[in-house]
Amino acid sequence: MSNPSGPRPAGGGFPTTRVSALVGARSGNAEERSRSFDALVAAYWKPVYKHIRLRWSRTPEDAQDLTQGFFLRAMQKDFFAPYDAAKGRFRTFLRVCLDGYLANEHKAAGRIKRGGDAVLLPLEFEAADGEIRQRGIPEPAAMDRCFDDEWVRSLFSLAVDALKAECAARGKEAHFQIFEAHDLDPDPRPSYADLAARFGLPVTTVTNHLSWARREFRRLVLETLRSVTGSEDEFRREARFLLGWDPP
Amino acid sequence: MGSAVSFLGDGVLRHLRDVVDLPDLTGTKYRLLGRLGRGGMGAVHRVEDRELGREAALKVLGVPDESGELSARLLAEARLIAQLEHPNIIPIHDAGTLPDGRVFYVMKLVRGERLDEWMRHPAPRAARLRVFQRICAAVAFAHARGIVHRDLKPENVMIGPFGEALVMDWGVAKILGAARGQGPPGTVPPGFAGAGDEAATLDAMRDRRAPTGHGAVIGTPAYMAPEQARGEIDRIDQRTDVYALGALLYFLLCGRPPFEGESVAAVIRAVAEGPAPAPRAADPGIPRPLDAVCTKAMSPLSDARYASAEEMSSDVDGYLDGQPILAYPENAIDRVARFVVRNRALVLLVLAYLIMRVLVLVFAGR
Repeated sequence: MSNPSGPRPAGGGFPTTRVSALVGARSGNAEERSRSFDALVAAYWKPVYKHIRLRWSRTPEDAQDLTQGFFLRAMQKDFFAPYDAAKGRFRTFLRVCLDGYLANEHKAAGRIKRGGDAVLLPLEFEAADGEIRQRGIPEPAAMDRCFDDEWVRSLFSLAVDALKAECAARGKEAHFQIFEAHDLDPDPRPSYADLAARFGLPVTTVTNHLSWARREFRRLVLETLRSVTGSEDEFRREARFLLGWDPP
Repeated sequence: MGSAVSFLGDGVLRHLRDVVDLPDLTGTKYRLLGRLGRGGMGAVHRVEDRELGREAALKVLGVPDESGELSARLLAEARLIAQLEHPNIIPIHDAGTLPDGRVFYVMKLVRGERLDEWMRHPAPRAARLRVFQRICAAVAFAHARGIVHRDLKPENVMIGPFGEALVMDWGVAKILGAARGQGPPGTVPPGFAGAGDEAATLDAMRDRRAPTGHGAVIGTPAYMAPEQARGEIDRIDQRTDVYALGALLYFLLCGRPPFEGESVAAVIRAVAEGPAPAPRAADPGIPRPLDAVCTKAMSPLSDARYASAEEMSSDVDGYLDGQPILAYPENAIDRVARFVVRNRALVLLVLAYLIMRVLVLVFAGR
């Protein structure tokens, strides 16, 4: 088990917090507030960026500016403070904030205002654009779901990286490699016997390693989700969506 | 931020969502064979019990449960079902906690169809009524142990290959006051209230809850009693299930639920305001006695309903046997009609005899 309040994973993906980042973002403690904000940005920047690129049809340069601007504005102006977990999902709330922000920015069309002299967040937009190219432009009917789809992808991606970091930290690289080869490689999926031959391990060890990795992966997915939801009720509802039980 | 984050293609993401949801059966005697379905708080998987060499159904908690409340509820459900050993109630084989920390229970794998699926095939009315009586038998058995199901609906009844009916999903069942804490040690814990008197179940949170009156609505709107729709938890008892049995009978007679609406809230409102529609309004071909059985069971006033599932089943039995029934006071014409239906061969013989006599008299008189 990883220590949720310990150092950030070596992969640098997700700054975990023991409490919900939504609660932490309002904390009086500056360090806690900063860590929580990082957690929110880590989980949401790609869905936000891709939403701007695809739903709002903005150029990469514009979308980068707007993504930076949105999160910086959110931090400075406390955008997320009015969020009430009892009234709905944070994911929906954030998207409404984002669309409002984009509509205002569109009117103002002030690119300089967005960035200003503020310190920019270290977001790797090239990677996000690569993902858009790799995945292709969604059909118009699927465009509305783009933000939600990318949110799921973002949380799972963060959990994969957290698992990789955890396996490295615990000397369980083989566990991750088996998980990667079996669950992260596109078709054809290798058989347990193939993996046993490839890693020089008995088949039972392969299945045990895979089970362990999947168990940890589930825990990390839910841990990541927990930190970006505001209440137990929202956590459960979002988990149902994240795991494919419920539509958005 | 972001450099190490892996990109997951759509296919990989779909696979991972599936993988994350699968129960971890490492070190158990079960082998996963496939998913059967997902419900309010749990998913049901087909598994092989490797020790006994048979297939079974494994229900596992699917949603996160930091408070442990849902785990306790699933285990309580398992204990409750274990207490209900009856041919029309799905039997339970095992329960416990998986290596991934999720609680589970294993039950008999029923190969068959849910009642709503079974109804898509044409079946004689008598066959449908016999199925209904088996459902009543299961519910009456539970009532005798002080347990109210609270969520009887076609989706919670399985019809086996030999026409056997099995009532499932006791996840929102309620143990009535007097019966709490009774039963063998280690079964239903004292104080356990099924889905909880006050607590909303996850099912309810998902799509069935409407804050009303004293509490949250638990059950499925189209089949729930008005007191349930109004959230009057303290008024829920065996007659609440009798109402649902009436709604099930309506479904078996008409092929659709008694209440339909554009939204869950609209259905709940219609149920709460009542009264339920009569089956003959949907299909005038339905015999009046069956219409009366349904109407009595679905009376908005619980005191006007059948006192028990057994009493209701007995009326259906009476109808099938051509006997008078409690719900339908007969007039003279009804009595004659029932006599004719019940003694069709005798009546035909007498009629044939009389016709012959008439013919003989007519021809003899020429």
